Amino acid sequence: MSTSTSNEEIVPTTLGGKASDYLDQRLGIAGAAKKNLRKIFPDHWSFMLGEVCLYSFIILLLSGIFLTLFFTPSMGEVTYNGSYTPLDGIKMSEAYASTLNISFDVRGGLLMRQIHHWAALVFVMGIMVHMLRIFFTGAFRKPRELNWLIGFTLFVLALLEGFAGYSLPDDLLSGTGLRIMQGIILSIPIVGTYLSYFFFGGLFPGHVLIPRLFTVHILLVPGIILALITAHLILVFYQKHTQWAGPGRTNENVVGLPLMPVYMAKAGGFFFVVFGFIALLGGLVSINPIWDYGPYVPTQITAGSQPDFYIGFFEGALRMMPNWEINAWGHTLSLNILIPAVVVPGILFTGLAIYPFFEAWVTGDKREHHILDRPRNMPTRTAIGVAGIVFYGIGWINGGNDLVATHFNLSVETITWVDRVLIFVGPVFGFWLTRRICFGLQRRDRDKVLHGRESGIITRSPEGQFSEIHTPLPQGDLHKLTAHDVHRPLTLTEVTDSNGVPAPKLRLAKLRARATRWYFGERVEKPTEEEYRQAISSGHH
Amino acid sequence: MSGDMTHDEGHGSVAVEQEHGHGVVAENPFADPGLPEHQPRLTDIDEKVARKSERIVAGLFILSALATIAFMVCYTEVPNNTATIVDFFPIGAISASNFALGLTLGVALFSMGAGAIYWARTLMTDVELPQERHLLESTPEDKAVAAAEFQQGLEDSAWKQRPLIRRTLIGAMAVLPLPALWILRDLGPLPGTTQRQTAWTAGELIINDNSISLDGTQGSGIKPEDLQVGTLVSASPAAVLTAGDNAVNMMTMSAILLVRMNPADIKSQQEIDWGYEGIVAFSKICTHVGCPVQLYEQQTHHMLCPCHQSTFDLSDNGRVVFGPAARSLPQLPITVNADGYLVAKAGFDQPVGPSFWERG
Amino acid sequence: MKSLSTRRRHPLAAFVVLALALAFAGTLFAAFLSPNSASADSGTSNAQAIANGKALYETSCSSCHGQNAEGSSYGPSLVGSGAAAVDFQVSTGRMPAQQPGAQIQKKAVLYTQEQIDEMAAYIDSLGGGPAVPDSSKYQVDDNLVQLGGVLFRTTCSQCHNFAGEGGALTDGKYAPSLTQTNPKAIYEAMLTGPQNMPNFPDTVISPMEKQAIISYIVTMRDEPNYGGAGLGRLGPTSEGLFIWTFGLIALLLFAVWIAAHTTKASAERVAKAKAATGAKGGKE
Repeated sequence: MSTSTSNEEIVPTTLGGKASDYLDQRLGIAGAAKKNLRKIFPDHWSFMLGEVCLYSFIILLLSGIFLTLFFTPSMGEVTYNGSYTPLDGIKMSEAYASTLNISFDVRGGLLMRQIHHWAALVFVMGIMVHMLRIFFTGAFRKPRELNWLIGFTLFVLALLEGFAGYSLPDDLLSGTGLRIMQGIILSIPIVGTYLSYFFFGGLFPGHVLIPRLFTVHILLVPGIILALITAHLILVFYQKHTQWAGPGRTNENVVGLPLMPVYMAKAGGFFFVVFGFIALLGGLVSINPIWDYGPYVPTQITAGSQPDFYIGFFEGALRMMPNWEINAWGHTLSLNILIPAVVVPGILFTGLAIYPFFEAWVTGDKREHHILDRPRNMPTRTAIGVAGIVFYGIGWINGGNDLVATHFNLSVETITWVDRVLIFVGPVFGFWLTRRICFGLQRRDRDKVLHGRESGIITRSPEGQFSEIHTPLPQGDLHKLTAHDVHRPLTLTEVTDSNGVPAPKLRLAKLRARATRWYFGERVEKPTEEEYRQAISSGHH
Repeated sequence: MSGDMTHDEGHGSVAVEQEHGHGVVAENPFADPGLPEHQPRLTDIDEKVARKSERIVAGLFILSALATIAFMVCYTEVPNNTATIVDFFPIGAISASNFALGLTLGVALFSMGAGAIYWARTLMTDVELPQERHLLESTPEDKAVAAAEFQQGLEDSAWKQRPLIRRTLIGAMAVLPLPALWILRDLGPLPGTTQRQTAWTAGELIINDNSISLDGTQGSGIKPEDLQVGTLVSASPAAVLTAGDNAVNMMTMSAILLVRMNPADIKSQQEIDWGYEGIVAFSKICTHVGCPVQLYEQQTHHMLCPCHQSTFDLSDNGRVVFGPAARSLPQLPITVNADGYLVAKAGFDQPVGPSFWERG
Repeated sequence: MKSLSTRRRHPLAAFVVLALALAFAGTLFAAFLSPNSASADSGTSNAQAIANGKALYETSCSSCHGQNAEGSSYGPSLVGSGAAAVDFQVSTGRMPAQQPGAQIQKKAVLYTQEQIDEMAAYIDSLGGGPAVPDSSKYQVDDNLVQLGGVLFRTTCSQCHNFAGEGGALTDGKYAPSLTQTNPKAIYEAMLTGPQNMPNFPDTVISPMEKQAIISYIVTMRDEPNYGGAGLGRLGPTSEGLFIWTFGLIALLLFAVWIAAHTTKASAERVAKAKAATGAKGGKE
């Protein structure tokens, strides 16, 4: 349907035309379609990471609906008589028995279970990688801070959702995970015991947990996730996508390909590619073979009890923590649990959530940003990100310290001690190294701008000197390499007013000045036009 | 290195700072040459190549349809049972049904997606178009109008003139969500002292976990002579056999381990006294977060928790020698009854399992 | 129970049958041959075996375990440890150890079964202890698999992992993998508690229960990984590792494929095409 500037009535002739006309007369969709059908999306592989999350979430919904049709969320005891003979005649919960039935007696059930679980891993991994992309490119800056917060909430909810789902089949590993969770809840000061009793309906494991987790897993959390994903996407759509710097790409435009048809085909195609890939994994690679683990019995345990990867950091932090506990005035404060399970993740996650606001405060930058930073051009931010990754990664590795021990012939104690040191030293070293690398890359960019690209052609001057010919960069590349901002640190000059009274908020201002020195004290300046002209005229190419 | 530092668009607004030396160099010394000219692809200029592309896309869509049909055929034709398996390198023996369904579904979806993407990449336009982007901030006029409208609404409601209404509304709204918490009270019972109790009392018979029948109602006791030095037995109180629905909760709190050591190896007199001829009983529940600790090394007497590697020395009152657990494993005093079976001499002298606030 | 009968279609079934047949033939062979020599004069041959065993002991074991197996600072006393312990330690290659230590590794076996039996006879003669189990005791019984699973998870999986893949202990020690261990060795290990493994005498785990555990371990080895590649049966860690390596790389490759610019036509092809359309006067 095209619209016409004249007042002539357009009479649709095709079926599609008639249908859209019918809808338009009731919903007025042509106005929205006019603006959005040819909406432009920029092309870059790193912009596809968020889509991986969206698609794996849709796959989770679809496969999850199938699973709910056959899963029995109950801790009631039954004696198994299904087709998996090694567990024939064993007492187990209905939840575990129905998961066995899905795996062995429902056609396609095992496939759906495995698709669901692989999709969950892809979902959380996708969120992590997507968040890192947003972080390292500064895409969280104004006006996208609120969308960062929505995304952050989605990350936390995804962890919660994953843990709830991992716990539902009531196998030996999931029960062990819940037992650890209960231990963590018990450690919360003052209210911990009460929370645990409310959560589990009394003593662990009780009889109500799985039905409750089921509601949380299939209704509460996915409902919120769905709502937040919708808000997240509306904001992306409304604020328009960021783009990389380049010729013709400015803060006031977005350059790319139109939604209809190119991005419909590319994004739609990507959905099927992701779904197909996960379906292939579901058909070819085993995941969570609960029949190997056996039903949960609270007195049984297996070596190598591990959570899914996204809980690995918490697990590793618990394993790493020294055994500090305070007993005083008739109360117990379990620092050995609280610090790794509550305090450290609390700080880490709060830091992640507020980082955009912190950086905005440091830079004092009030402009809208639609052009992405190359990570090298914000060395301190990039270094903070790397330090965070190192911190998280060491916790994560320590979550599998027993497997590392057996596979590399080390002792668990050695690995734990090494990690206890590395968790402090590693991020500092990562921070330092990353900044050095960033400065190096920035200097290389600067050289490229000033002296051109190495052509690989060696010439010999009449004096007999050898030199390589450098070809000057095309204007587009020059523009691209100098499109970034260079921030300077803040210096305080007037610390008191004319009457000698310290200025208000002085301490805050001093703090901010220090923060800017930390961020921008060391920097590589952009080449100026003058420098470029000098470099050209000196002829030292 | 000198730079242009006059541009200070990005300044903050802290009162005392002088923007001396601080600022953002945002302007680009090199003018924007504009979008480069579009370069055609082979498919744009050569119809033969374009037609080949078209055939590839159509081929992928046909493959998808065929795989979809194959999926449905496999659903009915490949038996779904533990005996029908396929075995090939490098994956090994796997369920034939799962393999066939996963492969066909995967191919159906993947080739559908690959077809669409290939189509977009080769036959749809790849001319990059710029679209204008407007600042998100509203114009001052719009802001003023919005503020005025809001003010008008506020005045129409008499919100300011009627503080009584304002305050009571805010107060009432503040308490209104509380029932949402209140109503959750019946989620579970109050802890009381249940977190401190186990099923162990003086004379409670110790049951060998390995002897408990599959239905959980039969089990047999243990005599001291059943254990050699170095023997490990997981055990439970006899009460679990008759606890019915409550058996699982009871086991969780009351699980113990029996170990027989050479009494000479035991470092603590109390541990010897609470044991029986070198047989000692310890809680099986880790004092860290409650996993069953059961990895007993009979030469070192170390007991390791597989969850977080807390290590307890069973020859020394269950003392923590490594890992995050803060407290020793509680020991259960044991003796033998008239029939010669091992029984508890008394209950635990402290709560077992993870710490909690009220534990003290 | 149908697991055995229905698994005839397993591609390895032929090998299993062959192995069973060989084992059967071997048993027959042994049944016909060894009793002949043994039953002829069992008394003297036993004494002979003990003497041979003592000789072997003195050359290979006495440096650590003492001249009369009384033990030393390098190795424990073997008096009362029984024939089963000797058979386990020597037939899995753990003994003679290369060096004393907390964890004696599995190695190539140095002795023939006959020599091992002689050593076992010698140690047995020093004082009782568990005897080498009769082969009927560790025969796989399909009807005991379920019970074996429960017992395995109650008593074994804490160290050896849910799939018998082994696991870490303290100070670099580890519980070995059970995936290759022969049933006799598993039985003897439960009976005698080698190195740091606790022992489980028949009074604690009855012979029938031991047979059940062995039936479970052996049966689970042949279980297919129904869902696909097993990733080492190590649980969620290997799954996480897999998705962060293979999965992430694959997804990134798809993303690059989708977003990357399609290869542009070379300048000469563009020129050629222009010439062609120009000649035809066709539209662009």
